[in-house]
Amino acid sequence: MPEKFPADLTTLRRRLLTREVTSTMVTRALLERIAVLDERLGAYLLVDGEGALAGAAAADERLDAGTPAGPLDGIPLALKDILSTRGRRTTCGSRMLEHFVPAYDATVVERLHAAGAVVLGKLNMDEFAMGSSTENSAFKPTRNPWAPDRVPGGSSGGSAAAVAAGLCAAALGSDTGGSIRQPASFCGVVGMKPTYGRVSRYGLVAFASSLDQLGPVTRTVSDAALLLGVMAGHDPRDSTSVNTPVPDYVAALGLPLEGLAIGVPREYFIDGMEDDVRQAVQAAIDFCAGRGARVEEVSLPHTEYAVAAYYLIATAEASSNLARYDGVKYGLRESGGENLLDMYLDTRSQGFGPEVKRRIMLGTYALSAGYYDAYYRKAQQVRTLVSRDFARVFERVDLLMAPVTPTVAFRLGEKIDDPLQMYLNDILTIPVNLAGLPAISVPCGFSAAGLPVGLQIIGRPFAEETILAAARCYEEAHDWVERRPEL
Amino acid sequence: MDYEVVIGLEVHAQMRTATKIFCSCSTSFGDEPNRNTCPVCTGQPGALPVLNRRVVEFAIRAGLATGCRINSGNVFARKNYFYPDLPKGYQISQYELPVCEHGHLDIDAGEGETRRVGITRIHMEEDAGKLVHPDDRSGVSYVDYNRACVPLLEIVSEPDMRSAAEAVAYLKALRDIVMYLGICDGNMEEGSFRCDANVSIRPRGQEAFGTRTELKNMNSFRNVQRAVEFEVERQIDVVESGGAVVQETRLWDVDKGITVTMRGKEEAHDYRYFPDPDLLPVVIDDAWIDAVRRSLPELPRARCGRFMATYGLAADAAGILTGSRALADYYEAAVERFSRPVPVANWMISELLRHLNDDNIGIEDCPVTPDGLGSLLKLVDDGTISGKIAKKIFAAMYRERRNDPGAMVEARGLRQLADGGELEGIVDTVLAEHPAEADSYRGGNRKVFGFLVGQVMRRTKGTANPGMANDILRARLEG
Repeated sequence: MPEKFPADLTTLRRRLLTREVTSTMVTRALLERIAVLDERLGAYLLVDGEGALAGAAAADERLDAGTPAGPLDGIPLALKDILSTRGRRTTCGSRMLEHFVPAYDATVVERLHAAGAVVLGKLNMDEFAMGSSTENSAFKPTRNPWAPDRVPGGSSGGSAAAVAAGLCAAALGSDTGGSIRQPASFCGVVGMKPTYGRVSRYGLVAFASSLDQLGPVTRTVSDAALLLGVMAGHDPRDSTSVNTPVPDYVAALGLPLEGLAIGVPREYFIDGMEDDVRQAVQAAIDFCAGRGARVEEVSLPHTEYAVAAYYLIATAEASSNLARYDGVKYGLRESGGENLLDMYLDTRSQGFGPEVKRRIMLGTYALSAGYYDAYYRKAQQVRTLVSRDFARVFERVDLLMAPVTPTVAFRLGEKIDDPLQMYLNDILTIPVNLAGLPAISVPCGFSAAGLPVGLQIIGRPFAEETILAAARCYEEAHDWVERRPEL
Repeated sequence: MDYEVVIGLEVHAQMRTATKIFCSCSTSFGDEPNRNTCPVCTGQPGALPVLNRRVVEFAIRAGLATGCRINSGNVFARKNYFYPDLPKGYQISQYELPVCEHGHLDIDAGEGETRRVGITRIHMEEDAGKLVHPDDRSGVSYVDYNRACVPLLEIVSEPDMRSAAEAVAYLKALRDIVMYLGICDGNMEEGSFRCDANVSIRPRGQEAFGTRTELKNMNSFRNVQRAVEFEVERQIDVVESGGAVVQETRLWDVDKGITVTMRGKEEAHDYRYFPDPDLLPVVIDDAWIDAVRRSLPELPRARCGRFMATYGLAADAAGILTGSRALADYYEAAVERFSRPVPVANWMISELLRHLNDDNIGIEDCPVTPDGLGSLLKLVDDGTISGKIAKKIFAAMYRERRNDPGAMVEARGLRQLADGGELEGIVDTVLAEHPAEADSYRGGNRKVFGFLVGQVMRRTKGTANPGMANDILRARLEG
C-alpha cells in the first residue's frame, strides 16, 4: 500500500507551510492507512481519530492565516503509551492501567501541543517499558514492518514500527536501556536517546528513574533534530532536568565529519555478532574515515559488567516505582478477597505480566536488608566505572561508533522464554544509559535477509548536535532512508 | 531489684510551610478531603517531586536551635512499604545523609538540675495521607490525601532520658523550640507534633541497654507520661517474673490505660531504603546556614534567663512566661506599657492565665490586650483602684472584651475612696450601726475587726482604700 503523502517530518512541514497539503488531508490519510494496516502490524494501542482531526483543523486555520503555532504545526505524530495524556487512556502496555485516563499531560506532550503537533494516538510497548521485543505488551505484539514474523524490538516497538510503516510522521519513545535505539535499528528508522536531563521526564511513567529518557523516533536525522528541539529544555517540574540552553539542532546539521575524532570501542564487537551487522557498521565507519574523520580503536573495559549492573539498578528502581500500582487510587483493583493484603496481592498478581513481576522481585531482592551492599551499592559503583570509561575516551575522541545490537530483528517468540538472551540484546545500548550519554541509532544498511541494521553514534553529555551532524552526513550520502518496507 | 529506665524519643513535627514538601498544594488543615491534592502528592503515574526550599530552611533552623551539625550534602531516600495512605508505595525521607546530626537539648531535670539530651539526627520527609473509616458497617474505607506530602521533620533523640517526667520535659522543651522558631504549630491533638518513644529498663549500674519496645499513639504530654510509666512497670513485671522483654512496637490504648502489641520484630518492615533518583542531592553551603542563623529568634531558655536577669523574675515565673513565644511577647508588651515587671508577671500568672485556662484558649485569643492589662495595673499603682477592684475590672474587661479600664472604673463608680473625712464619716456610721461588735472588740475580741472592715467596704462598694479604712477604724475603736 503506497503512502498517500510520502513524506518525512521535515518535508511535510515545508509542504504544510506552503499549503501544498493541509494537515487535515495528511491526518485523514494517515488515519485511513492506520485503519488498513495496523490491524496486522499492531503498532497502535489507541487511535484518537476525532482528537487528531480536530487538532488538524485547528492547525490548518493557523497555517491558512500564516500564524503557525510552532515548528510542528499540523504535523501528525504518535506517542509511546508511556506518556501521560490528559483525558486519553495511558496504559503503559499493562492490564494494570488498561482503563486508566490521566488527569494531566506530560511536559513533552504539552510542548508538542504548543508547537502545533497533531496527536494521532498511543503506541504499543513492552509492559512498563520492560522488554526488547514489544512481546511483553499485555494487549498484543507489534510486528516488524520489514518482516511480519519478526519483532520490531522494544520497548518502544510500536513507535519504531509506526514510523517505519508510515503510520505517523514521527513518534516519541523512551529509552531506559536501549528502548529507542534498538527498535529504531530493527525497524530501519532513526531513534535518539538524548543526554539524561535533556528532556523532561514529568509525565513519563517511570520504569527506572535514573535511566529513563524520552527521545524522538523519526524517518530521518533531520526529523530527529527538529523534534528533539521541541522536546528538549528545562522543566521546573522535573528536578533532574538540566537547565542549559537548547541549541538549534537543525542548524547544527551542516557540520562536516572532517576533523572529527571517532572512537570504535573494541568491546562492542562481541562474539556472536552477526556478520551482516558487523559489516554494515564497519562500512559506515569506513565511510566516515573517507570523509576526513580520524578513526581509532578505543577500549571501554568495564562494558562486560554493564548489563549486570543495569539489571540491578533498573530493577531496584522499578520495584519502588511500580509500588504505586496497588489498587487504591487508580488503575486495576481486584478486591475479591477479605482484606487489604488480599487486595494488594490480587491486584498486583493480575495486573502485572510475568516480566514485570520478575523485575519487581529482582529489584526488591537487590534492595533488601543484608543484600543492598552486595547488589545495589556494588552496581552503582560499577555504574561509576562505566561512566569513567566513557569520560576517559571522550578526552580523545568526539564520538563513538558501534552497532546498536548484535543481531538484526529476531523472530516473534524466539527469545520470549529466555529472559537472559533477551537481556543480552541490549548489551551495546545499556552502557550509554548507565553513563547518561546521548546516542542515536541511524540506519546503515540491510542484512542479506533484507532486515535493517543500525549504526549507533554516542557522544559526550549534551553533544546531541555533534551526533546529529555526523549522523546526517552519513545519512545524506546513503539511500537507506529511501527504502520502505512493502506493506 | 532497682531498675534504671532508658528512654529515647522520635518526634515528628509538621512544618508550617504554606505548600507541601514536593508540590505546590496547600498544607492547610481541615479542608474538604482530597481538596489539596495534585498528580504529585497523589502519586499519579509519571508525576515527579520537586523540593520545597523552605523546608530545608526550616530544618536548618531546627538544627541550629538544637546545636546540630548541618550537613552540606543531603540525600533524599525512598522508604518502601505498602499502605493505602501512602500514595506512591514509598515515603520520601532521608536515610544515610540527614540534614542535621549530633545536637542536644538541655532540659530541667527537677531541683534546679539540667540534663543534656543528645539529638542523634533531624531529617526531612513527607507525611502520609489519612484513612477514614466511617462508622456505618459498610466495610468501606476512604483515604484523604490532603496531608500526603506535607513536610515533616523527624527529630530523633539519643536514649538519654531516665524517667517519664524527663521524657515529657524534653518533649515540652522541643515543642517550645519548634514553636518559637515558627516552624511548627505544636498542636499535638491535630497531630502536627507527635512522638514515638523507645523504652527499655536495665538493672541500675548495668551499662548494656535492655531490649526496647517502641510506643506509638500518644497524642498529649499526659499520654506520653502515662504510657511510658505503664510500659516501664510492664517491663519490670516481665523481668521480675522471669520473662524477657520482646522487641516490638506497642500501641498506647488511652481508654484502658495500657500498651498493647502492634507488631513484633519478625513483622518489622524491611524498608529497602535507597537514594531517590528523582531528587538531586541538596547542597547546603555556609552562606545559607549563616543567613538562617541570623534570622533565628531568641530561644526559650535564653529568653527565660533574660527574664530573670532583666526583669528580676523568679525562675518559676520566668519559666511560665516563656512557655510560648506568644506568651513571652505578651508579657514584654505589657511591661512596656507598665514598667513594673514583677507585678505584671504576678498578674499574668495568677489572673490572666487562670482565665485562659478556664476557657481553654491560648494567649493569642486573649480578649485583654497587653496594653489593656498595663493600663489596669497603672490604675492600681497610682491608687485609683485597689487590687481587689482591679480583679473585678479585669474580669469585666475579659468578659466584655474591653481594654479601657480607666473608663470602666469611672462608669462603675469604683474609683478608690481615699478621702479621710469621708471615710471617717462612714466608719462612724458603721460603728453606730454595730455597737455590739464595737464593744466586743473593745472587750478584747480582735476577730471582730474583720467584720467591721467588711461593713466599711460594703458601704463603699469596695472602693474604700483598705489601708486608710483600717487605720481610721482602729483609731476610732482604740482611741
